[in-house]
Amino acid sequence: MKYSYFPGCSLEKNAAAYHISSMAITGPLGIDLQEIDDWNCCGATEYISLNLTASYALIARNLAQATKNPDSKQVVAPCSACYLNLKKCDRYMAESKKLSEKVNQALAAGGLSYKPGTLKVRHLLDVVVNDVGLDEVAAKVTKPLTGLRIAPYYGCMIVRPEFKPNGNFDDPEYPTTLDTLLKVLGAEVIDFPMKAHCCGGHMTQINEGTGFELIRRLVKGADDYHADMIVTLCPMCQLNLDAFQGSMNNYFKTDYKMPVLYFTQMMGIAFGLEPAALGFGSELVDARPALGKIGMEIPEPEAPPKKKKDDKSLPMPASSKREVK
Amino acid sequence: MTVVATQARAPTFFKQVIAATPGECHLERCIQCGTCGGSCPSGNDMDHTPRAIFAMIEAGMKEEVLKSNTPWYCVSCYYCMERCPQEVHITDIMYTLKRIAVQEKLYDSSTAPDFSKTFINWVENYGRAFELGLMSMHMLKHNPFGVFKIAGMGVGMVTKGRMAFTPTRIRDIDGLKSILEKAKELEVSA
Repeated sequence: MKYSYFPGCSLEKNAAAYHISSMAITGPLGIDLQEIDDWNCCGATEYISLNLTASYALIARNLAQATKNPDSKQVVAPCSACYLNLKKCDRYMAESKKLSEKVNQALAAGGLSYKPGTLKVRHLLDVVVNDVGLDEVAAKVTKPLTGLRIAPYYGCMIVRPEFKPNGNFDDPEYPTTLDTLLKVLGAEVIDFPMKAHCCGGHMTQINEGTGFELIRRLVKGADDYHADMIVTLCPMCQLNLDAFQGSMNNYFKTDYKMPVLYFTQMMGIAFGLEPAALGFGSELVDARPALGKIGMEIPEPEAPPKKKKDDKSLPMPASSKREVK
Repeated sequence: MTVVATQARAPTFFKQVIAATPGECHLERCIQCGTCGGSCPSGNDMDHTPRAIFAMIEAGMKEEVLKSNTPWYCVSCYYCMERCPQEVHITDIMYTLKRIAVQEKLYDSSTAPDFSKTFINWVENYGRAFELGLMSMHMLKHNPFGVFKIAGMGVGMVTKGRMAFTPTRIRDIDGLKSILEKAKELEVSA
């Protein structure tokens, strides 16, 4: 099965673990991801806030580049924001002739064009579960994740908006695709009530009180259910829940240590692949204690970071006025 | 008489918002039920809930709408849009309000527009987003002392190899620049 692949900027560096593990698991499953030549940023949620035509032209350039691939009419994105942007661009260009004309006039300046409806945009999770199928996945499991309690976390843009009447591959408020997949891998999956709630997106950069609260309720939710880890499918969700978990703990004076990993990493473990080939160790909240439960040992990172004595070692005075609004 | 005729022909704010939103946004269908505000994870911090904003748009309260922090607190989670019984494309309308507010220089004191501008600046010149550049520039500009608060996180990201120190430039950056330039021209002429 061949697909055009749109990795997105996050997967280049910050979410390299997601890219590496995606590459590692798609091979054995017969998914051939062919990276779109010279792809560009999808604009995330920022470009659309300032320019309409330019933001759609930015996204459409990727679709135009993807049409050059003779082997596939489907584009796969592992990042939820990229997935939605690509999908929305195709849909709104089809819905609005005016937008489509303008976008194509702009694309022509770069020698490109895109006819809406030419490509189908898919999320990697959808492809794994619905194209490959759970039976195929189950057949590849050699080291089941038995004993690991996982909170499956979808976030927003993979399931919403649903765009009726065509719909999406999963329910907009109570999705189950990832739950089912993780069960097939042998994990104990909790019925996570926050599974499709928002991680806050860029809010940590705009208003930390608002941003940290959105992160807190997700981490607390998983912790209340005694989850060993949160497993997600979006680099923005992973960044917020993992990298900002420490800052969130400082803000609320809490002490959560909830590891946040990608579903592709967990698939890789269950398939018996080497942890080194799955990008483990790049998470900021240590996942080793949780992974130890299934007998997995992740070697220390090559250049161990300087000794940290938890939060107190930060070079700042203890703040007395950091209060929750 | 002439004045009345001119006013009748002038696009109302309501029409302006609909025209500036891609696809079929269905704003005219809003029945003021408030499902949107009740579903919003950041509704608490907004000056006006989306429902109120839509009533204000219809009432022609352009300046109040564009000066409110509401669109800038939208986190793009699409819960409102999903639950809206009238299928109003609420999230897309929030993006429209951001764009009009920036164009008409009416946005509130939020640093959000600037965050978007810094982000876009990297994209327009390299073709790819650059997280380290974005975060550090944004922080230095708006909250230099905030650096200490996120120092632990920043160090962690760097030692874990998750921060690039230079942005990636796409091969055909010139082509992309021409496309974006042309798109902006078309936007103005609309």
